[in-house]
Amino acid sequence: MSILVQADTRVLCQGFTGKQGTFHSEQALAYGTRMVGGVTPGKGGQQHLGLPVFNTMREAVRETGATASVIYVPAGFAADSIMEAADAGIELIVCITEGIPVRDMVNVKAALRSSTAKLIGPNCPGVITPGACKIGIMPGSIHQPGKVGIVSRSGTLTYEAVHQTTRIGLGQSTCVGIGGDPVKGMDFVDCLRLFEADPQTEAIILVGEIGGAREEEAAEFIRTSVSKPVAAYIAGQSAPPGKRMGHAGAIIASGAGTAEAKMRALRDAGVVVAQSPADMGRAVMQAMQQ
Amino acid sequence: MYLHEYQAKRILREHGMNTPRGVVVEDAAHAELAATGYLGGESWVVKAQIHSGGRGKAGGVCKVDSLDALRETAAGMFGSRLVTLQNAPDGQPVERLLIEETLVIERELYLSLLLDREAECLTLVASAAGGMDIEAIGAQTPERILRERCDPVMGLQPFQCRAVAFGLELPTALHADFVRMLQGLYRVATEMDLDLLEINPLVITRDGRLVALDCKMVVDDNALPRQPALDELRDDNQRDAREVEAVHAGLNYIALDGDIGCLVNGAGLAMATMDLIRLHGGRPANFLDVGGGATSQTVARAFSILLADPRVKAVLVNIFGGIMRCDIIADGIIAAMREIGVKVPVVVRLEGTNVELGREKLAQSGLTVLAAQDLTDAAQRAVAAAEAAK
Repeated sequence: MSILVQADTRVLCQGFTGKQGTFHSEQALAYGTRMVGGVTPGKGGQQHLGLPVFNTMREAVRETGATASVIYVPAGFAADSIMEAADAGIELIVCITEGIPVRDMVNVKAALRSSTAKLIGPNCPGVITPGACKIGIMPGSIHQPGKVGIVSRSGTLTYEAVHQTTRIGLGQSTCVGIGGDPVKGMDFVDCLRLFEADPQTEAIILVGEIGGAREEEAAEFIRTSVSKPVAAYIAGQSAPPGKRMGHAGAIIASGAGTAEAKMRALRDAGVVVAQSPADMGRAVMQAMQQ
Repeated sequence: MYLHEYQAKRILREHGMNTPRGVVVEDAAHAELAATGYLGGESWVVKAQIHSGGRGKAGGVCKVDSLDALRETAAGMFGSRLVTLQNAPDGQPVERLLIEETLVIERELYLSLLLDREAECLTLVASAAGGMDIEAIGAQTPERILRERCDPVMGLQPFQCRAVAFGLELPTALHADFVRMLQGLYRVATEMDLDLLEINPLVITRDGRLVALDCKMVVDDNALPRQPALDELRDDNQRDAREVEAVHAGLNYIALDGDIGCLVNGAGLAMATMDLIRLHGGRPANFLDVGGGATSQTVARAFSILLADPRVKAVLVNIFGGIMRCDIIADGIIAAMREIGVKVPVVVRLEGTNVELGREKLAQSGLTVLAAQDLTDAAQRAVAAAEAAK
């Protein structure tokens, strides 16, 4: 097993015929992801990468039976694409797009309250179950099927965690990049709950960063509800307050959301916290041996 | 993006809210003209327009009781850089002053609408302890802070506004005005994509009016493409010049005070690289994220921006090549270093797809690049190089 996506997950791409949609769909197909088509309004009926293009998500879902979709639509239109996917009955929506206005995401979250769809992102690398299904922009080659579940707010730091766990031979069950925006879909706790219930996952790495209080929330959840070993790294220990560090959500505001507070909360919950980003692999190994 | 106080107050007035009468001026002569010709009266408030809080304590807000004092205060502020507890050590330039009438004030309140990450909506925050900053109120008397979450579907409801009015113990005669004002503020915050709309203080004047004595607005940067009127209010002079140049080059750059320049792909890894330098006893000179699809042109721009900082004694390039292959990144680094003529030691840590080929290209380039084996090695070499250059 694994979480969220498996080898038989049928995936649609929204923004399919665009540059990003095309490039990353090619990569996903080469990895073995079961892409079944895509949507670009106005291009319905065409074939792209050997797959059917549809005008609407309703039509695409009806014709392909897809249960997951990935969004490469520009920021100004991406919120609408998320809601279109949810309306069409997609169970897992992965939004890669960076730069969506936060008001749009506030509205999306309100709209999703009455839906069973899960949203990953936006502003994220996506989700991958190594050897089975890759949805997003992560390099497939660094992954290895295995035991560690990874959940992260940062793309390239996810790759670091993947690289380190591959090198020490643990491999990954599923890796979820939840994204760097302040208002987003699935969060640490949602993923931790799934990893805890997944038999393939034997340990978990949580990669957080400054801003907000979701890591603290995760620490509380780990303390009460996670039996598996957990390691963590929090980026931004040296970040100045009041400055947005690249990600829209990575900001220490009014003294809240510091790396120090998050690391302390996680340590208090029994998590092995790596001081250095080079030690994520070692930290999870240590957590597993405890 | 920050708006200036005078811009934010203009928006409030356009939406039917009261602010003190005021004139924004760009030189001392006009400051006097504003006082005598337009505002009248015998005392005025002179307010430096910079993108920072804490102006009052820094001497950026002065009440003056004569034209001589007004002239002197204005002349002293124009052309200066105001340093507050909240901005950079070298402050921000004062290029405009807001000259306002003085008011007779009965009460001061705190009011804001802010993006609440935990509740995933705008939240109205109010307190009877106006004038103080909200962190101080929160630390000293958290029970005096009132909060109302605004459901994005329903909007801010009148009953919520009344609850705040009663909570602040406002005179009932003002309740209708207050509710109307709060709903207007909510409309402004949503229509203009604000992350923060803060009125501190909101005052009740002796003649029984609600007036926004100060106002701060922060616009969601991601929304600027659909807010062209707000985008035009941008004032790049208030920002670090290198940060502005980086924005134009499509890079994320933040100046820090150390001596090791960082060039990294991805925001998380860029923060982690700074942490790593600190951990090994060095000090990062900047945060710089070149993004996922970095080309040799963006790498070249990145080098030139971070080397414009004279404090930089060594550079650490940290790239995890995923979709972008390491050999292509190596080409970019080589081209950029040749073009710029980099004089300081450069430590490069490459990892990911085609890493061997990338390292080989760097080794054969004839450039003095220190190739690091891994993250820790990279940080140690960069710290040592910066130390040696001192």
